Amino acid sequence: MPLVSFLDVEKTYRSLQGVDYPAVEHFNVEIEPGEFFCLLGPSGCGKTTVLKMLAGFETPTTGQILMEGRPVTGASRDRGVVFQGDDSLYGWLTAVENVEFGLRMRHVGKAERRERALRYLELVGLRGQEQKYPAELSGGMKQRIQIARVLVNEPKMLLMDEPFAALDAQTRSLMQVELARIWQATRTTVLFITHDIDEAVTLGKRIGVMRAGPRSQVKGVVEVALNGARSRTDDAFLRYYKAVYEMIRDEVAKSIVGAS
Amino acid sequence: MIRDSDGAARRALSGYGGYVLGFISLFVIWQLASLYLVSSVLFPPPTVVFRKGVLLVRNGVLLEHLSASLQRILAGFIAGSLLGIPIGLAMGSFRPVRRVLEPYTEFLRFIPSVAMITVAVIWFGIGEASKIFLIIYTTIFIVILNTAAGVSAIAPDKIRAAQSLGATRAQIFIHVAMPATVPYILTGMRLAMGNSFTTIVAAELIAANDGLGKMLWDGRLFMLVDEIFVSLVTLGLLGFVVDRMFRWSIYTFAGKYSPAT
Repeated sequence: MPLVSFLDVEKTYRSLQGVDYPAVEHFNVEIEPGEFFCLLGPSGCGKTTVLKMLAGFETPTTGQILMEGRPVTGASRDRGVVFQGDDSLYGWLTAVENVEFGLRMRHVGKAERRERALRYLELVGLRGQEQKYPAELSGGMKQRIQIARVLVNEPKMLLMDEPFAALDAQTRSLMQVELARIWQATRTTVLFITHDIDEAVTLGKRIGVMRAGPRSQVKGVVEVALNGARSRTDDAFLRYYKAVYEMIRDEVAKSIVGAS
Repeated sequence: MIRDSDGAARRALSGYGGYVLGFISLFVIWQLASLYLVSSVLFPPPTVVFRKGVLLVRNGVLLEHLSASLQRILAGFIAGSLLGIPIGLAMGSFRPVRRVLEPYTEFLRFIPSVAMITVAVIWFGIGEASKIFLIIYTTIFIVILNTAAGVSAIAPDKIRAAQSLGATRAQIFIHVAMPATVPYILTGMRLAMGNSFTTIVAAELIAANDGLGKMLWDGRLFMLVDEIFVSLVTLGLLGFVVDRMFRWSIYTFAGKYSPAT
């Protein structure tokens, strides 16, 4: 049984002028337990809308989202979210206190939650930075805090909304390697949103390519049969890159025409 | 003008040294102006004012007026903040509360506290109650407005993150909304402190038995120009010191909440 199923999901936004905008329509995807699923699409195609609905921040206009067979009705700690921007961190808490947040809300004892938080800070490579405030840390480090904060909470899956998009190119590719390592270590199910083909092929086990909006849906799914460390110069990597690129090329063109 | 090798001098200037220099220059210019520019008994030089000030400190008059004003300010300021913060939090968090209370805040905040002196005196007499009422009045709206603005300025992702980490609504309010609003509350309180000074002097000018405003008024009645100046300088220094203390305590006790200073 898939962990998550989107069943014919539609989301329509109504503008202040009363004009309906159907962001996604007939959206169908299944995510298997333990897999790293990348949702790839041109900007404005509704990727984030899909993530927000699964997170429970927004409700579908029609259709259903099931998790373990039960409909998603709101935000829950089953689905931990890593946001694109760092303003989801709590600036008045130190790195380790940010990571402890979910445990504290569940009244986990002080010593235990500190120990668990430090273990996850270690996993994301932030040992030694635990007493710093977010403002004292770099963009990459702040995203690591977000990842640790979600993982320590032991969610059933991880939702990542372009988490590395705001980072510089070097930090981004470093973070991709780190995330691949963390995923190998934890095997948490991940839904990873990106507009970057390279990132999707580097990380994804399956890549869902979306059409340009409005009325966006999944155009096709590419299985990436690469294991372990992936190199951008491998022939196999380039083959997958090309396959995905050909699928998305027309959609990017459409989204640019649509936007101008 | 200052080269890089003079880094130490520049650091000293930008630190406390700069303040001292600024204050000294203020008094020097004042001294020169009153000696050569406006040579008149109506504009005493700082030396005369200082001598008078020492005299008034020695006989206890200045301290009596000062503590009277300061007590009123603190009582009203603390009460106004304690009332304003929860109201502001409620208005920022719950739309119906804002709808109901906005007419009050939006109407009353345009009636200056100085204009309210008249009714304050009629209602509460010329004693402490009317002054404290006026300080509360001048504090509360600015604190409410800033607190409510702070709540609505919270990044939505801060709330969403808490939701998907399993926090309840009450926990989000206590552990996210309140701490995220602290810098705005402190800014509101700092502004309110400035307003309190204006209000207390005006109130004491009109109706009071003591206080720095009363001192100003007596100075005018008996043509004690140097006493007026002592009162004015005291107000300036007091405001400066209180504001510095406020900033210092924000830095020391709530550094992580401090608004960009």
